[in-house]
Amino acid sequence: MATFKEFRNNVKPNWCPGCGDFSVQAAIQRAAANVGLEPEQLAVISGIGCSGRISGYINAYGLHGIHGRSLPIAQGVKLANRELTVIASGGDGDGFAIGMGHTVHAIRRNLDMTYIVMDNQIYGLTKGQTSPRSAEGFKTKSTPEGSIESTLSPLEIALSAGATFVAQSFSSDLKQLTTLIEEGLKHKGFSLINVFSPCVTFNKVNTYDWFKENIVNLEQFPDYDPSNRIAAMTKIMETNGMVTGLIYQNKERKAYDEMIVGFKEEGLAKQNLQLSREDFDKLLTEFK
Amino acid sequence: MISQLSWKIGGQQGEGVESTDRIFSTALNRLGYYLYGYRHFSSRIKGGHTNNKIRISTKPIRAISDDLDILVAFDQESIDLNAGELRPGGVVVADAKFAPTIPEGVEARLFAVPITAIAEELGTSLMKNMVASGASWGLLGLPMEVFNKAVEEEFGRKGPAIVEKNIEAVRRGAEFVLEQAGGPLDEFKLEDADGKQKLFMIGNEAMALGCVAAGCRLMAAYPITPASEIMEYLIKKLPKFGGTVVQTEDEIAAVTMAIGANYAGVRTMTASAGPGLSLMMEAIGLSGMTETPLLIVDTQRGGPSTGLPTKQEQSDINALIYGTHGEIPKLVVAPSTIEECFYDMIEGFNIAEQYQIPVIIATDLQLSLGKQTAEALDYDKIVINRGKLLNGELPANEENRLFKRYELTEDGVSPRVIPGMKNGIHHVTGVEHDQEGRPSENALNREKMMDKRLGKISELRVTNAIKADAPNANPDLLIIAMGSTGGTIEEARTRLTAEGIKTNHVMVRQMHPFPSELLKPHLDAAKKVVVLENNATGQLANLIKQNNGYHDKIRNLLKYDGTPFLPSEIHKACKELN
Ligand SMILES: Cc1ncc(C[n+]2csc(CCOP(=O)(O)OP(=O)(O)O)c2C)c(N)n1
Ligand code: SF4
Ligand SMILES: [Mg+2]
Repeated sequence: MATFKEFRNNVKPNWCPGCGDFSVQAAIQRAAANVGLEPEQLAVISGIGCSGRISGYINAYGLHGIHGRSLPIAQGVKLANRELTVIASGGDGDGFAIGMGHTVHAIRRNLDMTYIVMDNQIYGLTKGQTSPRSAEGFKTKSTPEGSIESTLSPLEIALSAGATFVAQSFSSDLKQLTTLIEEGLKHKGFSLINVFSPCVTFNKVNTYDWFKENIVNLEQFPDYDPSNRIAAMTKIMETNGMVTGLIYQNKERKAYDEMIVGFKEEGLAKQNLQLSREDFDKLLTEFK
Repeated sequence: MISQLSWKIGGQQGEGVESTDRIFSTALNRLGYYLYGYRHFSSRIKGGHTNNKIRISTKPIRAISDDLDILVAFDQESIDLNAGELRPGGVVVADAKFAPTIPEGVEARLFAVPITAIAEELGTSLMKNMVASGASWGLLGLPMEVFNKAVEEEFGRKGPAIVEKNIEAVRRGAEFVLEQAGGPLDEFKLEDADGKQKLFMIGNEAMALGCVAAGCRLMAAYPITPASEIMEYLIKKLPKFGGTVVQTEDEIAAVTMAIGANYAGVRTMTASAGPGLSLMMEAIGLSGMTETPLLIVDTQRGGPSTGLPTKQEQSDINALIYGTHGEIPKLVVAPSTIEECFYDMIEGFNIAEQYQIPVIIATDLQLSLGKQTAEALDYDKIVINRGKLLNGELPANEENRLFKRYELTEDGVSPRVIPGMKNGIHHVTGVEHDQEGRPSENALNREKMMDKRLGKISELRVTNAIKADAPNANPDLLIIAMGSTGGTIEEARTRLTAEGIKTNHVMVRQMHPFPSELLKPHLDAAKKVVVLENNATGQLANLIKQNNGYHDKIRNLLKYDGTPFLPSEIHKACKELN
């Protein structure tokens, strides 16, 4: 069985020293090993941004696509081969600005895959513009007077879109993050894991210390029941979106890939594509 | 006895125009006639004038006719709008309900049939279509059993009582009109067809069938006119072969999902029209850059913006060739017949995998939606070639090395593996990359990789990249066109030939990379060249000028009013241009 080391490759990430994304990378590698995957069974599909580079830093099949589209690409991969474990990942701009349409619909669709967002409340790669996750009043290059738009709450949106697995974590809490990714990978359906992953270069407000002060870990509430959707929504609102842990999980709803009539367990990519003469003739009859 | 005839049905959208046409033409198809249909419709579901026209012939036909023999009208508007097309001595069959009149100056016989009244008497005005098609069938004097069998098949699921009622409606329609006319009309007596069973389908169905035959098992798409029938067909059929269709949130999702699925090893397509293609452009670049096979169908309609969504146009060619930023290899093919719609899908999927490029198949609305007779489709021509896709066991890579997915090879195409294969791990990125797929900004690597990708297609030619009918060594006119217009050009040529004007004819099928060497001898031989297209700027003519030159010989024949060319229009224009 593969260990987390086998999910490492020899590429040196081009992230700034101290960037939160390093821990997300490590957590994915550990979680993949912990759930018993071999590197070739995993496909990591990422978007564009500093965070989007992650697919190149994990020893697995990886596709670094275009800005905001990691989810549809990843869903295509999963539909083509259900035997693969599929992770989509990217930044908050990637997933909640340009790709928000896909995020909501991927959640609704509920394919069996995991989506990990590296949420640094800013656009890192393009050098520090506001993101939908930036707080109101947040000053960036693109909002010199402070952002005058309200902050998007992806967790609330996920719940209302019918998410079956919603979790949030903090890149400094490698243990919690790894466990949540494992849970996400094991979940039979779409799992969203939003990870606070500080940008040390462009975000001087939402720093490691700031997160440590503001995060509300669900561990503090031993009675919390993640199967209760209303409680989940309440907790997100009460904590102003700063709650971490497994916030909601619906184990009842079947994944999209399980609900497609006649869809086989064996990956479609492995099935025979040749049409038989009888089948062809039968198809032609309809046009006679 | 005549060898061909044109029939049209008109009414309000949602009133049964479609179904009258369907049942009437299905029965004609059973008798072995060649058919060619044209739909005039708009984006409204109910209301608004709509009409369907079909041409019936004992010989192959691939064009709508200039004139009309029989017009069936559900309302006066249908008569007023279409009677002008009737040839002298034509016939109007109209619902007596609205006291129909023939507009002044039109020479036609009118049969007022109580279409609605008969239908209502039998239970529901929904049966108007049966009364109307029965009346038409009666006038032609064709065998009733064949028609009844078609009715039986259409309504069989709904039980024998319904079938019977509909057959009765057909009988009453025929009976009434025959009483007025004193029997079937001699001038509409069609010669017998060859009786051979033919295929009768729209281009979208031919393409969708081609997908299934090509081994496509996934489709991701967003509904749009005139592409939706492809999706509808595949939704019905793919599950039978293990696959599925996903209706995505938009065309960007559709195309990127298709890219993901192709990357993971399943032949996957998407289909759309101009607005959707515009949204897909960035992703097409990803396919080109990452050398991921992809197949897209663009059913062209009137642009720009929402344009004329239900009308004929061929104006996406520039966008399809030049739309993506940067420079990628791609193939753009425009099928010119219904049979090619089928075969091009098989070849398109093969080329997408053999060359690892995006392939765009561009039809136009008339080819996509015009229902017509197709020649027998040959099972033995269904050959699947997946190019350099590896299977089986792969040798282990050297320490710290990845599979060379972008290995520099002589033909520029690298071996391909799909996720899940041991020792096949590599990286895929839209960023410039090295042979293992890792990002690289190295200048030398950049040049090599650009040359590799662009060089792959330098000699790529599809089957019949151009199709020429060139009987004249030095024709007065060479007519060049693309898409659905070929059949109409042929009819115009017959008339030109009769008048002593020598013409050759070339249909360009491969739009990109442009097969200029194949076109050159035809251009050289011609005294003048007419490039005929349904757009306002002469996109095909410009392609020819750009690739071949001959600016002084080339004349444009453009039509962009939303309707297809008629034979008479081409005839007249060519005479003037000659
Ligand atoms: C279509 C398109 N628009 C814009 C860009 C430029 N761009 C690249 S990444 C990015 C935003 C990055 O922010 P985020 O997704 O939060 O990722 P981060 O860098 O913060 O990890 C933008 C605007 C692009 N690559 N593609
Ligand atoms: S700019 Fe910010 S997000 Fe990007 S690598 Fe540096 S620290 Fe990380
Ligand atoms: Mg960000």
